[in-house]
Amino acid sequence: MSVPYAKLPAWAEYGLIPLVNLAVAFLISGLVVLIVGESPLEAAYHMINGAFGRGEYIGFTLYYTTTFIFTGLAVAVAFHAGLFNIGGEGQAYVGGIGVALACLALDRTLPWYLVFPIAILGAAFFGALWAMIPGWLQAKRGSHIVITTIMFNFIAASLMNYLLNKVFKPLGSMSLETRTFEAGGQLPKLDWLMSIFGLSVGSAPFNISFLLALVAAFAVWVLIWRTKLGYEMRTMGHSPAAARYAGIKEAKIIVITMMISGGLAGMMALNPIMGEQFRMQLDFVQGAGFVGIAVALMGRSHPAGIIPAALLFGMLYQGGAEISFEMPSISRDMIVIIQGLVILFAGALEHMFRPAITRLVIGLSPKTRDVAATKGA
Amino acid sequence: MSELAIELKGIDKSFGLVHANRNINLKVRKGTIHGIIGENGAGKSTLMSILYGFYQADHGDIVINGQTVNIRDPNAAIAAGIGMVHQHFMLVENFTVLENIMLGAEESQILNAGITKARAELKRLEKEYALEVDPDAVIEELPVGIQQRVEILKALYRKADILILDEPTGVLTPAEADHLFRILGQLKDQGKTVLLITHKLREIMAITDEVSVMRRGEMVATRTTSETSVEELAELMVGRRVLLRVEKGEARPADVKLSVKNLTVRDSRGVTMVDDVSFDLRAGEIVGIAGVAGNGQSELLEAISGIRRAKSGTVLLNGRPVDVTGHADPAELRKCGLAHVPEDRHHVGLVLKFEESENAILGYHDDPKYRKGLTLDVDAIRAEAEEKIAAYDIRPPNPRLKTANFSGGNQQKIVLAREMERNPDVLIIGQPTRGVDVGAIEFIHRRIIEMRDQGKAVLLVSVELDEIRALSDRILVMFAGRVVGERAPDATEGELGLLMAGVEGPKEAAE
Repeated sequence: MSVPYAKLPAWAEYGLIPLVNLAVAFLISGLVVLIVGESPLEAAYHMINGAFGRGEYIGFTLYYTTTFIFTGLAVAVAFHAGLFNIGGEGQAYVGGIGVALACLALDRTLPWYLVFPIAILGAAFFGALWAMIPGWLQAKRGSHIVITTIMFNFIAASLMNYLLNKVFKPLGSMSLETRTFEAGGQLPKLDWLMSIFGLSVGSAPFNISFLLALVAAFAVWVLIWRTKLGYEMRTMGHSPAAARYAGIKEAKIIVITMMISGGLAGMMALNPIMGEQFRMQLDFVQGAGFVGIAVALMGRSHPAGIIPAALLFGMLYQGGAEISFEMPSISRDMIVIIQGLVILFAGALEHMFRPAITRLVIGLSPKTRDVAATKGA
Repeated sequence: MSELAIELKGIDKSFGLVHANRNINLKVRKGTIHGIIGENGAGKSTLMSILYGFYQADHGDIVINGQTVNIRDPNAAIAAGIGMVHQHFMLVENFTVLENIMLGAEESQILNAGITKARAELKRLEKEYALEVDPDAVIEELPVGIQQRVEILKALYRKADILILDEPTGVLTPAEADHLFRILGQLKDQGKTVLLITHKLREIMAITDEVSVMRRGEMVATRTTSETSVEELAELMVGRRVLLRVEKGEARPADVKLSVKNLTVRDSRGVTMVDDVSFDLRAGEIVGIAGVAGNGQSELLEAISGIRRAKSGTVLLNGRPVDVTGHADPAELRKCGLAHVPEDRHHVGLVLKFEESENAILGYHDDPKYRKGLTLDVDAIRAEAEEKIAAYDIRPPNPRLKTANFSGGNQQKIVLAREMERNPDVLIIGQPTRGVDVGAIEFIHRRIIEMRDQGKAVLLVSVELDEIRALSDRILVMFAGRVVGERAPDATEGELGLLMAGVEGPKEAAE
């Protein structure tokens, strides 16, 4: 009675429904392309080809995927504790400080494999610090985390603008960025991984932080489903009253959760700074923090869902860039529309096709109906 | 007399994979009180929701007064002369009685004309059915019994001939319930038809003319009330014979395990909910706290278990003071031998989205035996959950099933197994059998008595007076946050009812 729709088998729940949502999003995108006067099929071709057509393209797709795994995980961790961290953008941005400091200080003396762990800690530290303040404000002062994390994105942007201007910019330089790091501040590309599949990474910045992202995804799974802290986070996320009953310290969990979330967002900075540009530039996050929200929503806050969702958005970014390159009448904004539609159907309208699909699935398998019916309403 | 007010023919309703109503046939004669009983999840509420237009049946016809009608929404139900009094009242708290009755039936944008008309109509209804209510009283200032009367007036104002009441006595004192039954009798005499949904067999026996029993989405029987018995109805509901009386021996109270002194608790608005309450709870006894819901029992339990901060007072657990006015910590209290079965298992006692095994450690998840290095020992947790499932006959016996998929009775058993198997010194239980099916009630009552006989101190809060009387060795009655009297379990229902209503008997006056 209390559940409006019955449980679907896993293949329908995690396979069919997301695919249908995605298909509808692409269908409507196709209509928009048609209205602009271009061929949707051609656009689709450039999208797929641009994302997966060559080793280099795949490298770019996976580069973006890496970024989105980090920011997606950040949103997901907070989500499990019932916190909506919209501040991934700012936390990733501030996390860049940690990466930049480690690289600037050590790139001339240490090899990359020693600088990398320090940079990871630095990124996580600064990201966590930036998320801790809204977390503390929520825990102790009751300021709503959605509001404060949004505000902190703006504060982060101003702070970084100042720091890049006054602290990090080398004397005499005109552009707002740090100096370029030496070899110690440059992460190796994963050409060996690509070459296993007979592909070449080319100029794509597909680097070792991709592996770190996969490790982080596994670590998040362990944290959420296999540790006491994760258990307490989930209890609080599902039912704050039950958490209080169980003696779980709400304030403590909020602050720790936000720090883990912010730390993950901060680690995103490793990918563009140490993996691509070898310097910290103004506005290097480029909206990845917000895409993380969509990734977490689509991936249902589960690492096993976040990785494919991040791959999808990586594809949209890379393939989308290719479309606007090959088809000049389709601007970059069109890509934003497609991404928006994907978010709309996969996130906001997630349940739109559920009743129809439920009926269909039940109609196909009369056996499950009898089993469920004996359980009663 | 055999004219039918309602006839349901082959009503069928599924929610996805769940078949809530299957091929329901029901005939309700005009001018009768017809009871519908069944365990939780038997499909009573779904059936009534179909009748009132909240849901649409997948198949089947609804015939009202001989005409087949299509009830698409509640407006169509009202048009067909059906009124509903919900379990949780649908009243605007800060509106007056008159405003609530008019709501949705204002008739024009300018209210004045409507108000005059409504006032006159309300006067007439009050007279006709002896339902006195001050039309200008604000709802939140009225006792629940009167609020319910307003709900009934609302339905009558909309010209309802058929009145559906969903668990109407859950929030009433015995006296208020009696009054309600008198009102229902009057409605019947005026030719109205009443459908009464309840799980209380005694009410069915007291006021209905006919009774229909639902089980697992099916209508299993209809009986003439005067020709059936409580035992037969219980058996029809559960599908097997049920023991309705609890067998228990003499209590052997020993040392004081929990001592509450001058405890005062305020809610978030600053209203005093528990007012200077003192009592002792001894090992080997069950103390029952009787009272109408909302008289401070919930807040009392929360303060003792460390969930809600008290304003003042002291609590001694096993002789050790508990910091109830400051930093009492539920986790710490558990370690000191307090177990708590909360009143609201859906939001407090369980996390419905968790697997059964995850709920089986809620509150005790800190225990090192559930840990393996840095992570939780999932295998050990599941193995222990399976033991408890076997010991408490929790069905289905699957520790990995999502808790929301268990029935109310089995969910309650999950909580009881968790709290009782910890071997606590003090067990406090709120509403042990609320929303629990008859079959499980028997089991739960037996376990509570067993705990007492093992020398545990048991504090029991329940709004079911029968339950309090059956289980308790001493009964405290709470009214408006105060303990207004203590009685032995053989006190008459009338005596306890008066205390629960805040009417102090002559004995208190002398004290």
